[in-house]
Amino acid sequence: MKDNLIRLENISMSYGEKQVLKSINLDVRDKEFITFLGPSGCGKTTTLRIIGGFEHQTSGNVYFDGQLINDVPPHKRQLNTVFQKYALFTHLNVYDNIAFGLRISKTPEHEIKERVQKMLSMVNLSGYEKRAVVSLSGGEQQRIAIARALVNHPRVLLLDEPLGALDLKLRKEMQTELKAIQQALGITFIFVTHDQEEALTMSDTVVVMKGGKIQQIGTPIGIYNEPVNAFVADFIGESNIIDGIMNEDYVCTFGGKTFDCTDCGFAKNEPVDVVIRPEDFRMVMPREEIICGIVENIVFKGVHYEMHVKSGDITYLVHSTIPEVVGTFVGLEVEPFDIHIMKKSKPEEN
Amino acid sequence: MKKFRIAALPFAVYAGIFIVAPIVLIFMYSFQGAGGDFTLENFTRFFNFSDPTYLKVLWRSIYLAAISTVICLLLGYPMAYILSRLPNRVRGILSFLFVLPMWMNFLLRTYAWMTLLERTGIINTFLTNLGLPTWDIMYTQGAVILGNVYNFLPFMILPIYNVLVKIDKSVLEASADLGGDSGVTFRKVILPLSIPGVISGISMTFMPAVTTFVISKLLGGGQNALIGDLIENQFKVTGDWGFGSAMSVVLMILILGAMQIMQRYEDENDGSGGVLL
Amino acid sequence: MKKKLSPLSLIYSLLIFVFLYAPIAVLIIYSFNASKSRGTWGGFSLKWYAELFSNKDIMQALITTLSIAVISAVVSVVIGTAAAVGIYYSRRRTKALLTGISNIPMINADIVTGISLLLLFIFLKLDLGYVTLLLSHITFNIPYVILSVMPKLRQLDKNAFEAAIDLGATPLRAFFSVIIPEISPGIVTGAILAFTMSIDDFVISFFTTGGGVSTLSIEIYTMAKRGIKPEINALSAIMFLVVMTLLLIVNIRSSKVEKKKER
Repeated sequence: MKDNLIRLENISMSYGEKQVLKSINLDVRDKEFITFLGPSGCGKTTTLRIIGGFEHQTSGNVYFDGQLINDVPPHKRQLNTVFQKYALFTHLNVYDNIAFGLRISKTPEHEIKERVQKMLSMVNLSGYEKRAVVSLSGGEQQRIAIARALVNHPRVLLLDEPLGALDLKLRKEMQTELKAIQQALGITFIFVTHDQEEALTMSDTVVVMKGGKIQQIGTPIGIYNEPVNAFVADFIGESNIIDGIMNEDYVCTFGGKTFDCTDCGFAKNEPVDVVIRPEDFRMVMPREEIICGIVENIVFKGVHYEMHVKSGDITYLVHSTIPEVVGTFVGLEVEPFDIHIMKKSKPEEN
Repeated sequence: MKKFRIAALPFAVYAGIFIVAPIVLIFMYSFQGAGGDFTLENFTRFFNFSDPTYLKVLWRSIYLAAISTVICLLLGYPMAYILSRLPNRVRGILSFLFVLPMWMNFLLRTYAWMTLLERTGIINTFLTNLGLPTWDIMYTQGAVILGNVYNFLPFMILPIYNVLVKIDKSVLEASADLGGDSGVTFRKVILPLSIPGVISGISMTFMPAVTTFVISKLLGGGQNALIGDLIENQFKVTGDWGFGSAMSVVLMILILGAMQIMQRYEDENDGSGGVLL
Repeated sequence: MKKKLSPLSLIYSLLIFVFLYAPIAVLIIYSFNASKSRGTWGGFSLKWYAELFSNKDIMQALITTLSIAVISAVVSVVIGTAAAVGIYYSRRRTKALLTGISNIPMINADIVTGISLLLLFIFLKLDLGYVTLLLSHITFNIPYVILSVMPKLRQLDKNAFEAAIDLGATPLRAFFSVIIPEISPGIVTGAILAFTMSIDDFVISFFTTGGGVSTLSIEIYTMAKRGIKPEINALSAIMFLVVMTLLLIVNIRSSKVEKKKER
């Protein structure tokens, strides 16, 4: 518990009738890169804004470094924010934007100059001091926003979908760069995104949210490989989610066939969701014990081919580097540890 | 952020006293007789169909304003269209020039026509010097219409121009691509798209024309009094505030009614007539 | 699609241009005419300007006009900018109500606004004069300020204020060091607009002044009703120049801002 920096305790938030956060509990460790991931409206931005102090939770507590900070206004919190659309001050030039926070804290001008220049070189924009912010490209504005926040040496940087407005190539570049900055400075980054790939590439910890609730907290690899429910499985990469039955421990049935699996602890013959990643299917010659079906269509996706294989009333999504001719009757093989069994999610949560 | 709401308070108070209360007062006075009693007499006097003196004035105001508006539209639309088709570089400057006169003091603009049209004015002196008969337009309805057209033409050009320049060029190209020649493109694409501008042009021309008393007084003389003159007279000469207020109420309802109708069209566009600069 | 201007369009444009400018040009030219009669050109002279500046009534009216314009512009910029901010952050219903009320003076006929204010001043037993004139000008100027400031508030990044707070500014400091500078182009436009509107107004001033306090517009009206006076020509020339300069400033400012945005 010693390296815990931020703790959210039973945070709930309602706007009138509408409850947007339902009892969030979360610990953020010092110096970690933690990402809130989820579809729009899942409460990830609201959680970030509560940490930043821009919104006040309806109930629950926020601790920072062991101190209760529920009533500390945002300008007195030791964290800085990078906003979604940058929120740069268009009436100020690049230098004055970055110097804004330092001037408020009455830092001597010579020190401001030094720190601003250091920041500019860190975000690769040295020599941009006098430029008007409106004349910068989206990526450049983004860097200025990051510099403006980091120049104040915050202990935590909050980033609200900061890469959303950038094009794909720039996004990838910035992802790497942000991660590098975070590691170089050794401070905590709390990052909000709806892009699962972004979350997986950058984070130490991913918090998957939906409908105002935390679905799963874990490392990128853990979340990808062991999603706790069908929602997480589907949201983190594509998945086949099939109705199945857990016959007994380590044995399940779906698509009319019975398979060995690695899960246990379900009731006998309990209906479950069976989750299988499309890349975990292997296409083989059809045989009795495995699922067999007809290749309905095939799309080239660059690295792999995406195929739909229809077997009975179930259509399986299959990724494979080897194409198969449409109409072929194929078998689909899957290893026991690639079969993920999930408790059926209650209908109200969907 | 919610704290900033309080900033509207001074305005709310000011507006309550100087915008809302005065309107309430007009209504109050309009139902008041000479002795301060409640009466409908001010309205029955105005809407007296057996002696339609006042109704005739109202009709004349509407009629002259309507003619002026139609002339403004006929002159202004082509002008706005020409301006909108100019290359970007010169368009800004030229459209500015065509709108500039509307910022010239309205009295001076009217006064300018007095000096031109008077019996001994510039035009007539010129005609006389050429040995031609004089043009006695001063103090006629024609002079009032001329004054209206001159004063309000820029108010017609501007909103139409604003709408026309915003028409996406690719829409025109699409029309041409689909086989429309320039005539068809104009009738089927440009004209319908410019209707919101025309509507705000009409309201920005018709409203001030129907309520003016300066133009009618300076160019129309006494015999072409408009409703504005009547109202002015009640407050400045006869002191019959009740009757003056009643006529103001009529005028206000007329304008608000017209605005409502206009607004319905304008809502479809985002009020392109609102920008004067 | 872009075609060269056809000769017909060119002639048409010229005719409209002449129609719009000839009367103003004639006024200005004749302001330099030594002869009092309009038919004849008596040679170049500045005597009407001299007479204009020695006319005590007109000079007094000029002072009144300018002081009313400046004071009403300043007051309405303060109240109007605050109002725009307040309205912007208000709940939808308050927003609709206040916006609706602020539209009244712009939609209503000047003559109705004028007499409604007249009735108010009489009801409040205020003597008509400089103060009532000023209050009236503030009344019709505030809506123009709100109208100019509101779009700038809408353009404001909705996180700009939060960003300032986030960087350590108190809410009040954030307001004055971020929101006000960010919307300042709208405030300046509003101020110039209010100033111009105030100078330009005749109808509302006509009904709400009294006690011998008069503006240039009222002077012109009184003189024009009595007949034509060459001093008015001189006055026209000056006012035209002033208004044109002001508008040029506004336009250059706004096109500069737009160019900055385009880059």
